[in-house]
Amino acid sequence: MSNIFVAAYDGSEASNRAVHFAIERAKITGSSLIVAFVLEWSPYSFLTPEEIAERHVRRKEELQRAEDAIIAPLMEQLREEHANVPVSAMVKFGHPVETLINIITESGATQVFIGRTGHSSVVSRIFGSVTGSLAQVSPVPCTIVP
Amino acid sequence: MSQTFVTRGAMAAGALWLMASAAAAQSLDETINEVFASSTGWFVSFIFSSFPGTNFPWIVGWLVVAASVFTIYFGFIQFRVVKHSIQLVKGDYSDPDDAGEVSHFQALATALSGTVGLGNIAGVAVAVGIGGAGATFWMILAGLLGMASKFTECTLGVKYRNEYPNGTVSGGPMYYLTKGFAERGVPGGKILAILFSIFCILGALGGGNMFQANQAHQQLAGIFGDYPGWITGLIFAAIVFIVIIGGVKSIARVTEKVVPFMGIIYVGAALVIILMNIDQVGSAFGQIFAGAFTDTGIVGGVVGALIQGFRRAAFSNEAGVGSAAIAHSAVRTKEPITEGLVSLLEPFIDTVVICTMTALVIIITQQLIIDPETGLYVLDGAAIATVGGNSGVSLTSAAFASAFSWFPYVLALAVVLFAFSTMISWSYYGLKAWTYLFGEGDKQELTFKLIFCLFVVIGAAASLGPVIDFSDAAIFAMAIVNIIGLYVLMPVVKRELNSYMSRLESGEIRKFK
Repeated sequence: MSNIFVAAYDGSEASNRAVHFAIERAKITGSSLIVAFVLEWSPYSFLTPEEIAERHVRRKEELQRAEDAIIAPLMEQLREEHANVPVSAMVKFGHPVETLINIITESGATQVFIGRTGHSSVVSRIFGSVTGSLAQVSPVPCTIVP
Repeated sequence: MSQTFVTRGAMAAGALWLMASAAAAQSLDETINEVFASSTGWFVSFIFSSFPGTNFPWIVGWLVVAASVFTIYFGFIQFRVVKHSIQLVKGDYSDPDDAGEVSHFQALATALSGTVGLGNIAGVAVAVGIGGAGATFWMILAGLLGMASKFTECTLGVKYRNEYPNGTVSGGPMYYLTKGFAERGVPGGKILAILFSIFCILGALGGGNMFQANQAHQQLAGIFGDYPGWITGLIFAAIVFIVIIGGVKSIARVTEKVVPFMGIIYVGAALVIILMNIDQVGSAFGQIFAGAFTDTGIVGGVVGALIQGFRRAAFSNEAGVGSAAIAHSAVRTKEPITEGLVSLLEPFIDTVVICTMTALVIIITQQLIIDPETGLYVLDGAAIATVGGNSGVSLTSAAFASAFSWFPYVLALAVVLFAFSTMISWSYYGLKAWTYLFGEGDKQELTFKLIFCLFVVIGAAASLGPVIDFSDAAIFAMAIVNIIGLYVLMPVVKRELNSYMSRLESGEIRKFK
């Protein structure tokens, strides 16, 4: 049975490096790759009545946008470059680290790859903290790609 | 672009008005007050008319009987399912694949931010200020019974909501009155739905708007010194305008985040005061029980305490009114009953916990003057005489100030924010009723929203008496229609409940956490 790898992707340059690093490893070891994209969402945030009424539509739109603008181009590129590696994508809502771990355990993955920017901009700090937390709590070996 | 222009125009007009002389301003307040009181008086006296030969308002009886009927019909549901309700709120039964949809917690929090507010601060002070400590007992009882009413209406709200092709939903009493009645073959649903919508619009303009603006003004006037109410009204109207018409969601979002925080500070401060005076808690409950069953000198005696307690509880937690059914109906759930189970926590948090805290603080800090010789309350007109002659929010404020001198400032901020978030919630309820009557569409929506902003100004300018009477009357009028619907449709809820409970027991409905 071939191994399954998970690569965290958020559209950033760092996550792009992680995905490419992961697919190289998958190719060498004959594994398959799941690209995981998490839309941050907390079930405990506060919404106005109007936002509640529109939430279902917004959710669909957000999923569609992630699928069309971010995931589809990446998948096309990966399949072109590495035709013989089985790749799939998963788009989920939730807390980034918790959701990644759920994807790892549910898919039975044996390794996870995640990017690191090393910059101190606010965005990379947020992403950096996801990387740090995942490294600490991941149930499988975690490769941090600089 | 045009919206910014309109907003600026409104603000400029407001600034011009501000320059008007103070004397002219005061008389403007008086004119608004007079016109308002005379044009709504008949409606108020109809709603609050008593059973022939008694001084017991029939509407209070209507609410109590309904809440008791639902409590018995559903086998004391509010005491049986609390554990499961909390599990639902925690998300134990939520499918992770549905993440990103509105959670039970969010629906509850939003509905709560619409109900927790002035009713808990000002309303309780009014109840205790007129009905004495005993009103608290009836208020708690009303809160506990109200849980069953809320359960019934919110389940129906989800079950009979309308889903539009674009994925948005509209729900609430107007939808279950029409669809539910038709399904059961009972005539008159459409008429009741129209009546409900009319009352809901009045309720949104009254309790959901004018009462809020009015009490917010009182608080601000207490801090900045007395100034004409319409000034507060214009400022509030401008902010509400920006949010509901200008679509500036960020303001609403900030409020939604600050409101729970203020709620925690409020309950925390109340708890500290109660703990500081822990030796008096026993005697406070003694007063509450004594006042509930014996004459303490208030107008109307025991019945007076009961009326005040029930009236303010209903105004605070809105159980049986139908507003919560609108708020909860948008939740994505496969089982309508789960939303009902979650919503029954609302009257508990709102009335049994928060309202009781307010009442205890007022009683413990001895704001109500008791004649030491007779042990009866000293009266000041129809209300009980208070230290410093306070009533409404200022009574609560004085009670907290006797422990923390700085608290009135926090309370003022809390009142203004609570008032604002309640207004935003009710503008939505009113809007849903309005579009039910006049059809969905941008023009219809804009008309209602403009009317809503206008009433903010009227509410801030009018005096408390006529405003609170009209607000109560409008909200109770909603309950008249809604409760008829609940009686007709309660077998539907029972069927849903039985089916859900048996599947829960058999393990067909499974826990995800």
